[in-house]
Amino acid sequence: MDQLAQQVVSGLATGSIFASMALALVLIYRSMGVINFAQGEMAMFTTFIAWQLIETGVPIWLAFAATIVIAFFGAIALERIVIRPVERAAPLTVIIVTLGLLIAFNGLAGWIWGYVLKSFPSPFPSAPITIGNVSFNSQDLGIIGVSLLSLAAISLFFTRTKLGLAMRAAALYPDQSRVLGIQVSWMLALGWGLSAVVGAISGVMVAPIVFLDPNMMQGIVVYAFAAAVLGGIESPLGAVVGGLLLGVVLNLLGTYVEFIGTDLRLPVAFLIIVVMLVVRPAGLFGRLRLSRV
Amino acid sequence: MASVRSLSTGLFTALYAVALVGGLALPASAEDGVTDTEVVLGGTHPLSGPAAAYAALAKAEEAYFSYVNDHGGVNGRKITYKDMDDAYTPPQTVQDVRQLVEQDKVFAMFNTLGTACNLAIRPYLNQKQIPQLFIATGATAWARGYKDYPYTIGWMPDYQSEAIIYAQNVLKDKPNAKIGIIYQNDDFGNDYVTGLKTGLGSHASQIVKEASYEVTDPDVSSQISNLKASGADTLFIFATPKFAVQSLVAVAQASWKPREYLTNVSASESVLGAATKAGGAAATDGVITTLYGKDPKDPKWANDAGMKLYKDIMTKYVPGADITNGFYAIGIAYAYTMVDALKVAGKDLTRAKMLDVINHFTESDNPLLLPGITLKTTPTNHFIMTQEQLQTYQSGQFHASGGLIDARPFIKEEKS
Amino acid sequence: MSRPRPDRIIAFGIVAIVIAVLPLLLPSYLSFELTYVAAYAIAILGLTILTGYNGQISLGHGAFLAVGGYTLAILATRAGVPYWCTIPVAALICFVIGIGIGLAALRLEGAYLALATFALAVSVPSLLKRFSSFTGGSGGLILTPASPPAIFHDVDSERWLYYCVWALAGAIFIATSYLLRGRLGRALRALRDNHTAAVSFGINPYYYKTLAFGWSAAYAGVAGAIVAVATAFVSPDVYNLTLSTTLLIGLVLGGIETMWGALAGGLVVEFLPLWAQKINSGAPAIVQGVALIVVMLVMPSGIAGTILRFLRARRGHDVDTTPPAVRAEAVPLSVSASVPSD
Repeated sequence: MDQLAQQVVSGLATGSIFASMALALVLIYRSMGVINFAQGEMAMFTTFIAWQLIETGVPIWLAFAATIVIAFFGAIALERIVIRPVERAAPLTVIIVTLGLLIAFNGLAGWIWGYVLKSFPSPFPSAPITIGNVSFNSQDLGIIGVSLLSLAAISLFFTRTKLGLAMRAAALYPDQSRVLGIQVSWMLALGWGLSAVVGAISGVMVAPIVFLDPNMMQGIVVYAFAAAVLGGIESPLGAVVGGLLLGVVLNLLGTYVEFIGTDLRLPVAFLIIVVMLVVRPAGLFGRLRLSRV
Repeated sequence: MASVRSLSTGLFTALYAVALVGGLALPASAEDGVTDTEVVLGGTHPLSGPAAAYAALAKAEEAYFSYVNDHGGVNGRKITYKDMDDAYTPPQTVQDVRQLVEQDKVFAMFNTLGTACNLAIRPYLNQKQIPQLFIATGATAWARGYKDYPYTIGWMPDYQSEAIIYAQNVLKDKPNAKIGIIYQNDDFGNDYVTGLKTGLGSHASQIVKEASYEVTDPDVSSQISNLKASGADTLFIFATPKFAVQSLVAVAQASWKPREYLTNVSASESVLGAATKAGGAAATDGVITTLYGKDPKDPKWANDAGMKLYKDIMTKYVPGADITNGFYAIGIAYAYTMVDALKVAGKDLTRAKMLDVINHFTESDNPLLLPGITLKTTPTNHFIMTQEQLQTYQSGQFHASGGLIDARPFIKEEKS
Repeated sequence: MSRPRPDRIIAFGIVAIVIAVLPLLLPSYLSFELTYVAAYAIAILGLTILTGYNGQISLGHGAFLAVGGYTLAILATRAGVPYWCTIPVAALICFVIGIGIGLAALRLEGAYLALATFALAVSVPSLLKRFSSFTGGSGGLILTPASPPAIFHDVDSERWLYYCVWALAGAIFIATSYLLRGRLGRALRALRDNHTAAVSFGINPYYYKTLAFGWSAAYAGVAGAIVAVATAFVSPDVYNLTLSTTLLIGLVLGGIETMWGALAGGLVVEFLPLWAQKINSGAPAIVQGVALIVVMLVMPSGIAGTILRFLRARRGHDVDTTPPAVRAEAVPLSVSASVPSD
């Protein structure tokens, strides 16, 4: 029983890592309708920037704040330069551009900072907490907390603010939005900026656990995609729930199903998702697009 | 017209004769990649992608070759090292090697990296009788395969031998240990597990849990929890740096205090320092590992001549490099052996000569290996480096326990 | 079924002659690298069918390369089956698996389809390592290099492989062109351009969409088998996610709307990394990434696609016949049903 509780708790902790990244993916998808494959690498890159600032003596919280600002404006600049020329082109073209960004950012980070593993200070105090026989870390609670906060902030933004409404309109009905005077192009840029901010936050929270190197996000992004699909790729709530659920299910399967063990976690995770998609094609919280003939 | 034809025929014949004679008159290059003033070596490393951390080896090796070239080269020859990126994928390695052999006409391959990658190119190189020297992985395959692939030679102590040393140690100091293993699910991790089981012999039944992880896993908390729950009191960590740190930290955070053994691939000050930072001293005190090289971060070697040479070379030829990165130090050690081999092969440098050198190699003065380590091969034993020294990490430092242990006597018992 | 236009036959003929002559002019290591180009071109051709003609995005075709490669390796090492026999077997197995995946994919679209196929790609290395007694595990399987039969004993084995593989590729391209020009191609495109209209015309979407998946999977299987023979080695970690994204890159950079794009894509996939290294050996990834972005900005229809458009414009065609997958938003949906799209 203790082991079960422990695995669930560890699963929630790992899942929160997936959830935080999945949120960023969902944000981009909602604003642009494309998957940004470079999301993880951009998050990694901004985390390196934070690290560099801290290394040169900037106090931690100031460094984080600066990183978020840099991420926001940097992503908008990137969108204007690289995505805007192709924003009306086919989805596949944009996907390739994001793949190009992925490769370039990874190489750039390696070139600037090298591949030696680096420690990253945690924004949360790292104190092991033990309840009964179950142990976890205040860090994990911190990540879950921040993910939920981001989720709340994003939901409120999209549903309660004019700007959020404008962004949603621009993504779903670009032509009509233009007629209404909404600067669709800038809405897309804003979408990039916001998801880069969420990504930066995710990177900074996750780096103390997975340690900082140019490849730190690659494994996580894979699971984050899975989480986003599981939860419904247009639903921020789905991203968070999907992430947590995925973390727990993976741990439980790995522990209790001998056949799966720890080496088949990845295929099994995806099998679950595929099965889920066949049964419910829009994910747990996604909305199915029905077309009437 | 007949006269034009005979004129052109005569012309061509004359040209042909000149070419023939001229060709004979040129000093015959004894071998591809070797001239009186130059020897060309080829290499493949992952310069990009997930394994790019190892590219540091190539950088250090190029630096060392530059240093040697600036001091007159080897037997009057400058070393040119052509290194290509193979992104750690065998199809790419195979193509790179063909290009290096057929276009760049390298004399030999040096320090090709990656077990799968080297397995893929081994048949081709041996068929063409091109030396495949000082491979950058610890797989046992190179030493075991010398009968079929005589031109191939490894360098670092192989993973199985290292695991056997740990097995011997645990049987001596903790004979009733309940053993848990966390290992990377690839040839690297699997080799260690095989070696450990071989070394434990009938005591292998004391292994209560084996947990693997994939490099795509974000963390190993699940595996560590399961290992703790299995009741193990001794943990073997056969993991690459990132996952080694995570394992050590996770163990500490789970308030678990097993006897810990760590693979020397991850036994560097930076790794253990990171683990101490994240998990406290409890995470790393008492960790047992082996070393065969000098760690640049270890204060013990601050005034060591070899370490000074290393720092000088790095500062001069790779300015801006982080010299605490242990891969650079190992790279220089590799390059030193390569230069040594070239020296021994002598002025008359051929591949057949190099084969001979591989079969009778001995070196005991490598500046970046622990004092006393001797590289040695014989025509029937290609386990070139077999000595390591057990270390215990305590209070931020490695403490050597005992002298060098030679795994050579145990090698017969290893499975391949 | 329409006959191909004469200029297309001429173009094909010229390319065929160039391909036939190249190994005689080039050093054999380049012939070796061009062999890989053929393999990638075949795989990308499969994606041209699936994604270009039928509009289904797959991020998982690396998995079929794995199945093809390992089928060949296992049959060759454990049952001694000669390579040329195993290639059809690999194709058939991949076809069947592809149909299966296609069935599962019927309900999925767009991002969900892409991510479900992504699942395939990501899972393959783990599965291969798990069933290691069958697949040789993480150490992989070594194969004997392909060598010419006794009659051609003085032909360089790399050149022999080149000719065999390109002959196969040529046959596949010709067959594909034939099939796509006919009813099959029209049905696929109809389903892509206007699903509802196509169905109401009696085109069975389940049949054609799963067929497209199976067909493209078979091609990827053949490609995987070729790569395995050329490398004379298979190992699990080769078939990772990067392989699938690389194929997608080749598809789009080559030009998604045309079969020539598959050829261009194969060249890109093979030579971009090598070229990037020459430019900057310290960080070739940066060069590669930037190159991708620049090509997409400058030539959104891909290399072959852009060249074809240019030629078409010179010939005076002003009807936009691009498929929606590549069509930019600003262009109104034009009447293009009667104009052949390639």
